[in-house]
Amino acid sequence: MIVDVARQITAEKIIPQRAELDEKEEFPTEILRTIAKGDLFGLYIPEEYGGFGGGSFEMVLALEEFAKGCVGVATSFAASALGAYPILVSGSEELKEKYMPVIASGEKWAAFGLTEANAGSDASGIQTTAVLDGDAWVLNGTKQWITNAGDAQIYSIIAITDHSKGPRGASMFVVEDGDPGFSYGVKEKKLGIRASSTRELIFKDCRIPKERLIGRQGTGFFTVMKTLDLSRPGIAALGVGLGQAALDEAVLYAKQRVQFGKPVISFQAVQHILADMAIQVEASRALVYAAARHIDTGTKEISKESSMCKVMATDMAMKVTVDAVQVLAGHGYMREYPVEKMMRDAKILQIYEGTNQIQRNVIGQALNKEYSRS
Amino acid sequence: MKIIVCVKQVPDAKDVRLDPKTNTLSREGVESIMNPFDRHALEAAVALKEQYGGTVTAITMGPPQAEETLRDAVACGADEGVLVSDRAFAGADTWATTYTLAKAIEKLGEFDLIICGKQAIDGDTAQVGPGLAQRLDIPYVAYARKIGGCVDGTIRLERLMDDGYDEIEMAMPALMTVVKEINEPRVPSLKGKMKARKMQATVLTAADIGADPDQLGLQGSTTRVVRVFSPEFSAEKCMLTGTADEMVDQLLNKLDKLL
Repeated sequence: MIVDVARQITAEKIIPQRAELDEKEEFPTEILRTIAKGDLFGLYIPEEYGGFGGGSFEMVLALEEFAKGCVGVATSFAASALGAYPILVSGSEELKEKYMPVIASGEKWAAFGLTEANAGSDASGIQTTAVLDGDAWVLNGTKQWITNAGDAQIYSIIAITDHSKGPRGASMFVVEDGDPGFSYGVKEKKLGIRASSTRELIFKDCRIPKERLIGRQGTGFFTVMKTLDLSRPGIAALGVGLGQAALDEAVLYAKQRVQFGKPVISFQAVQHILADMAIQVEASRALVYAAARHIDTGTKEISKESSMCKVMATDMAMKVTVDAVQVLAGHGYMREYPVEKMMRDAKILQIYEGTNQIQRNVIGQALNKEYSRS
Repeated sequence: MKIIVCVKQVPDAKDVRLDPKTNTLSREGVESIMNPFDRHALEAAVALKEQYGGTVTAITMGPPQAEETLRDAVACGADEGVLVSDRAFAGADTWATTYTLAKAIEKLGEFDLIICGKQAIDGDTAQVGPGLAQRLDIPYVAYARKIGGCVDGTIRLERLMDDGYDEIEMAMPALMTVVKEINEPRVPSLKGKMKARKMQATVLTAADIGADPDQLGLQGSTTRVVRVFSPEFSAEKCMLTGTADEMVDQLLNKLDKLL
């Protein structure tokens, strides 16, 4: 049923608009409202907060469908979950009751602020600070490349609350659009996912109520890591959906395109490219579904599986979209066909929510830990 | 507000074929969908419900499998579905259909508004909405393109005309048929789909609605389909030139040839 709803939105709303949204670099406000009306913003949010009560697997199914239409739109949708997870993972009951229902209904969108000029893969380089002043936290600093920035209303932000404590000196906060001292930078111009918006978050003596601290002081890094563990299968699902869409385009084209008097799909050189694409898409899907189910069992050990599926599915998406352009050849390179956009969109999947190199670090460290135990 | 929406299950226009021998639509292997205009009628009803409160009942006349269309309606915001179904209804033209639907709606009790799509994409008659209003003896507006609002038992509408639109205020209970311009139908929601899966349609038979058997189905129909064809349009544009008198002569000449 989730797939039915997501598929219909993709077919009726996303696919007809994707080229224009990409060309104009326009945020998909109306499409996100349609997704909200379809009840899909609350898939992973417990029923007591107005959600569907699903988990990773439900999100993966929806994201795969949206990504078949447009990874830019799907990223805008997924980023709201990324912004909501910190509150869900570590937030107080008050914060959950305040923010989860409006995020679940899609009435408000969320975003996640980690990356800075000197911090990304190296989260310890964070320079944004938060200082307690009476009953308010005062934030100063700048976050960069923040998805949904300027379009979302709720932001989960990490800032340093105690420099002397190293990794235990960071904390997370909820900042709302319109808070005093909170503003946005200019919209970034990107290679792909141009329907999604990317801006800086600028904090200049930004005062927020004391209660907006997510979890206990000093638990910021824990919350970030846990959030990313939960969200990465979603990015992997975007890879699967994108790869599948590229494969679909390539096969349909190869059946129609006639050269040397035959459809090009009859040539083994083309068949083998398509076969390899199909193998990789299917294998990635299997791993992503398996990782999502693993996470949904409730086990705490999810970093390795989450990173493995992200690396495999997004590296696959990059390769498969490049291959799709090759199969469509001259037509594939033209903007008239959707595969050049798919290829541009694929690249970010290997970069955001932890580069695929960082994912391999996570997997390596998990293996080291696992094998030290026995 | 109690709103009734008339929906019809039709073959998907994307792959409609005519049976060359019988001149009827060949439905075998063709996917069925809710008549696209009815999706706009349903959206108008659900939007009114969201604004003013009340209920939306989707009603359809058809074979048992038409229940699927009622499920679609519930998934998109209708509260309940009524299936008017009996072998005696088979072969009904718009005369017999409006009789049957009117009897079924009378059976359902009081209502404020009936909304229909302007026509079905299979029959294309656009007669059932207005015919149903006549049968029920209530006012109606066909081709509504906008709803202004409801005040004190009246509804304000814009009716699409060839050369513009009319602004109309109509006392309820009433009936309206809608054109596509009126809204953009929503995609079914997850909660709606879950509700639709559990939905049990109320089934009304000829006996349930107390219908006169002579007025039902093929027997009660006043028309027969003799032949089906696509009309040919041979309109051509012609500019007349010269003085006014010359142009009048040319025009009269042309009209002479036509008569």
